[in-house]
Amino acid sequence: MLAQAANREPPAEPAGGQTPVTAALVRGLVRAQLALALRMALVVVVGLGGLPLLFVVAPDVGQAKVVGVTLPWLLLGAAAFPFLVVVGLAYVRLAERNEQDFAAVVARERDR
Amino acid sequence: MNPYVVPTLVVVTLVTVGIGLYGLRFARTTSDFLVASRSVSPAWNAAAISGEYLSAASFLGVAGLVLKYGVDVLWYPVGFAAGYLALLLFVAAPLRRSGAFTLPDFCTVRLHSPGLRRLATVFVVCIGCLYLVPQLQGAGLTLATVTGSPYALGAVVVGVVVTANVALGGMRAITFVQAFQYWLKLTALAVPVVFLLMQWQADGRPAVTPPEPTFAVATTVVVENDATLTLPDGTTEEVRAGTVLTYEPGDPAPQVSGVDARHGLDWLLPGDPGAGDRGLFATYSLILATFLGTMGLPHVLVRFYTNPDGASARRTTLVVLALVGLFYLLPTLYGVLGRIYTPQLLMTGQTDAVVLLLPEAALGGGTTGRLLGALVAAGALAAFLSTSSGLLTSVAGVLFTDVLHGDTNGTARRGSVRDFRAATLLAASVPMALSLGVSGLDVSQVVGLAFAVAASSFCPLLVLGIWWRGLTDAGAAAGVLAGGGAAMLAVLMTVAGPPLSGWPAALLGQPAAWTVPLAFTVMVVGSLLTRARVPADVGATMLRLHAPEIALKKL
Repeated sequence: MLAQAANREPPAEPAGGQTPVTAALVRGLVRAQLALALRMALVVVVGLGGLPLLFVVAPDVGQAKVVGVTLPWLLLGAAAFPFLVVVGLAYVRLAERNEQDFAAVVARERDR
Repeated sequence: MNPYVVPTLVVVTLVTVGIGLYGLRFARTTSDFLVASRSVSPAWNAAAISGEYLSAASFLGVAGLVLKYGVDVLWYPVGFAAGYLALLLFVAAPLRRSGAFTLPDFCTVRLHSPGLRRLATVFVVCIGCLYLVPQLQGAGLTLATVTGSPYALGAVVVGVVVTANVALGGMRAITFVQAFQYWLKLTALAVPVVFLLMQWQADGRPAVTPPEPTFAVATTVVVENDATLTLPDGTTEEVRAGTVLTYEPGDPAPQVSGVDARHGLDWLLPGDPGAGDRGLFATYSLILATFLGTMGLPHVLVRFYTNPDGASARRTTLVVLALVGLFYLLPTLYGVLGRIYTPQLLMTGQTDAVVLLLPEAALGGGTTGRLLGALVAAGALAAFLSTSSGLLTSVAGVLFTDVLHGDTNGTARRGSVRDFRAATLLAASVPMALSLGVSGLDVSQVVGLAFAVAASSFCPLLVLGIWWRGLTDAGAAAGVLAGGGAAMLAVLMTVAGPPLSGWPAALLGQPAAWTVPLAFTVMVVGSLLTRARVPADVGATMLRLHAPEIALKKL
């Protein structure tokens, strides 16, 4: 196993390698980003993924009309796309905030 | 025949080549991925990604499916767009930071496994071929519709043109070209739809359904196979192949036996009363395949390398999501208006042609109708050219690097131009042969199968590779083989196997709902069983994938 690992190409190490503190920080960042991505995915799974089930459970919803258009057509043909963009926008903002927090903590650690 | 179509198609081809040559002046190597990577803004990059992504299936197929099946198939465009959200949430930034250029590269970066790299190469080639088939199908259909040539001739001629183009380096993956193709495709659907909606208003806003579709203008339909016609009042009529039927405005369109389409409330409302639970299963399977398949398409990933860093990869993906979402608002309108103005397509089953035929059918054979008809034909050609060139370049590139040169490190990209041409020919011949055999399937359905294979093989590999430290090469290979292999088998059974019905048809026709969980499960269990094989440098890799570039410099 060690010999195998030695034969492998060395990965691009960041300057200075990893201390236990940075390793813990990275674990925290990965966990935070994954939790964020999963939360956003859940919004879509419920918001969009629930629709087929909703139309089966409550057929009246599937037959309702809004401004002359049957509701499923309006939801799937038009509303779904801005909905996806809004979820994406929220994700980008929150993910960048997570990264800024990480960078700030790293900078503080280094200055200490 | 429309006199504007052929000159327009020639102009699109020339402009495409022209912009490519113009862009070449700025890119000194065969692709701009490496050269222009620091100078392409997210807006340009996003338009280019969208231009490459919106294929014949999106441009022609979605409208055709809507015309035929109604509200249930709106999950195709929603899923095609939502795939970019999944890509954004789980893959975009870490993949860019990994520095991987293709999926086989990712296997090397994350797991250092030559065996897994080879397996990934096989799947890239399979998915690429599977995705090229419907593009050729769409090309054959477009040429057959606008020039009257046989379907097979159109598919082969355009296939040969694109192959020669890529092999000779005529159309390179230049960001400018692909961005231009996006705006052309959007314009080609958006401008005619304004005229179509105005015409619909002027006609007194005829209802889409119910009652049954009626002919808006005098129409001639040639029956291709012996069939039974059923009129809305229940009377039936036997017709022989080759019978020419003529209809006056206001005549109801009969249902033709052998042509699969939905009518009346089945078309308008969600759910398939005939299929019950199977319908719901198929819907969720389709959602899973399209949401998770986008990230595994070979020509999609390669473009992420043109982003300078992880944060801009994220922003680019967000703009792509907005651009493809904007585009997908349009095909639905064509499908719905086709119900009013081109009901004969429901009799012939050639519903994929609705986008091409609708402008002239609704606006008449005058100059406006013909010019708009030429515009949509130009958009269809753009859709076909951009996606198939991008795909062929990606697949040929992987074949060239990993197969012809046996280069499993992915570091050196040596070899002659002749070998690249051989790889291009190899990559194009199989889908061309397949495209002749699947003319009975809808363009978007074949694309859906390619998404199912991608979602069952590369999606688990990418998601677990990026987020889970415990992934091993053995587990990943087992998962890709189990999930991707099962999905491939299902596709082969659907395309080439005996006709099935009931649950077997549902499970094989839309396999993602069982193959994606299978792939994830096998991958996780396999990795846990081979825990000793977790790469020793997984901590450093995770740091590289997830830490923002600015913080890496400070570490």
